[in-house]
Amino acid sequence: MSDTRHATRGASTDAPRGRGAPRRRPFWTLGRTDALTGYLFIAPQLLGVIVFVLFPVGLAIWYSLNEWNIFTGDMTFVGGANYEAALNDPQLPSVLGATAVFSGGVVVLNIALGLVLAVMLNRRFKGVTLFRTLFFSPVVVSVVAWTLVWGFLLQDNGGINGALAQIGVDGPNWLQSGPTAMIAVTFTQVVRSVGINMVLFLAALQGVPGELYEAARLDGASSRKVFTRITLPLISPTLMLTAVITIVGALQSFAQIAVLTEGGPGLSTTVLVFYVFQQAFSFNDIGYGSTLALMLLTFVMVLTILQWQLRRKWVFYED
Amino acid sequence: MRTDQPAAPSKAGPVLRRIALYVALIVMALPFVVPTLWMITSSFKPLNEIFASPPSFFSDAPTAAAYAEAFDFQPFARQYFNSVYIALLVTATTMVVSALAGYAFARIRFPGRNLLFIVVLIGLLVPSEVTIVPLFQMFKQAGLVNTHWPLILVTALAAPCVLATFIMRQFFIALPVELEEAARLDGLGRFGIWWRICVPLAKPALSAVAILTFLASWNLYLEPTVYLTSPELFTLPQALTRFTDAYGGEMWNTQLAAATMTVVPVLVVFLIAQRQFVESLAHSGLKG
Repeated sequence: MSDTRHATRGASTDAPRGRGAPRRRPFWTLGRTDALTGYLFIAPQLLGVIVFVLFPVGLAIWYSLNEWNIFTGDMTFVGGANYEAALNDPQLPSVLGATAVFSGGVVVLNIALGLVLAVMLNRRFKGVTLFRTLFFSPVVVSVVAWTLVWGFLLQDNGGINGALAQIGVDGPNWLQSGPTAMIAVTFTQVVRSVGINMVLFLAALQGVPGELYEAARLDGASSRKVFTRITLPLISPTLMLTAVITIVGALQSFAQIAVLTEGGPGLSTTVLVFYVFQQAFSFNDIGYGSTLALMLLTFVMVLTILQWQLRRKWVFYED
Repeated sequence: MRTDQPAAPSKAGPVLRRIALYVALIVMALPFVVPTLWMITSSFKPLNEIFASPPSFFSDAPTAAAYAEAFDFQPFARQYFNSVYIALLVTATTMVVSALAGYAFARIRFPGRNLLFIVVLIGLLVPSEVTIVPLFQMFKQAGLVNTHWPLILVTALAAPCVLATFIMRQFFIALPVELEEAARLDGLGRFGIWWRICVPLAKPALSAVAILTFLASWNLYLEPTVYLTSPELFTLPQALTRFTDAYGGEMWNTQLAAATMTVVPVLVVFLIAQRQFVESLAHSGLKG
């Protein structure tokens, strides 16, 4: 983010502070009232974040150090016991594996498909607006409705296998085996959300100055070279940002998993968010659930910081 | 979205290439379009046709019975109203809160501004699954479990609102400062400048905020599942998963009818306003 300090009036008319200030100056100078207005303007947002995000995170840390008996309501301080339990949890490696496969798959497919669609639709031909609308439309379809419908289509006797049978292919029972269930949740998630990335990429592509293409063509560059040497570097800030938004979004995909597979079969699609929910609300293990939730938070933070660092190193330009 | 520039390096090639492009696009569009279409047409099928083989779009004996059943089986009208009023209330609140905060972070100088902005941005990074356990305990203490308050307050002030504040800040930073200076010379105070000058100019950013916030609230699933237990308080996503009769029998067509009623109005609004919709998202400052 660029921090543009537009000269606001307040600063320049600020009263000279401290001992030497003339006595007659009123306390409420223009600068001070302006600053107060600033605080008042941000107050609802800041309080919202403190009360509904930061304080709960603090509580989650406290919960993770306790064992909570939900029936008696007693909390007993157990120190690092929940963290130890996480290390010894035989299910956790599988959950983390599923989380990595799902989030990784979603990010790679989402960025790649989003880019392909944006490039294909970044030209003039009849019906281009229609196609953009079609590819974007799942974004406005309710997640649960979208997932429910795919659930129908992916049944053994559902529409997809029915269509495959028409061309002589015997489709698998998608949701009943681990690998195909993982493919199903990843695919439906990508199709639902790729429209946003497509639109952001389209906007970025249209921001690339036409003269650059012109010049490259005069120099005899192939279209592949033009794409890798001009287009990609110029839209790299967008790529980075969407990658992070997409992966953070994928790490939080609860509804899709809960509705389509409920984490199954077995643990094959139990990603971390779903596991957190199960531990905390199905098994009422608040301490352990909070420990896992903090693990999720750590992943998100690390990824964001990593993105920030990589961005400095790789991104071609910064505004 | 405009296409007025010669962006793609390839020229309008031979007809064959054009046809290949159309075929590729149509095939790629299938998974984007077919589920929604199938949902709509299948909601008019009798139950036994949902899994008919070979699969079809249209029923031989179309019926709207499933629609009536959706309202009989659950207080669906009430649930619909819940989702709509919560989404509208959340959207309106977020628009005001984010326009105020975004403006202040972009334009007003006050000590600690950058630090406080980072504090607010943290709200965007914390997944709601991390805070839901403590929030549930907090709302339980406050006696607000099984009410709509948690859905409204948390959505209107936490993560989706922080995204909105970010979008508004990006917009106000790019707004020429001269406009405000003129208004200030005319004697307008900060609030007046914000309300009379800046907010009206911020319509594109505000519409992006409205769209994103509305969809975020409309799609909430984890929160209602955790907070709400009475069917008449349910929101639509939650209600959609409850169409199973007492004996565990499926009510597929009823579920599809309810899903169609959930999806189609939003889809229609999108199709009518899709240009503004897509454009406002594209220029929402999320470009990076």
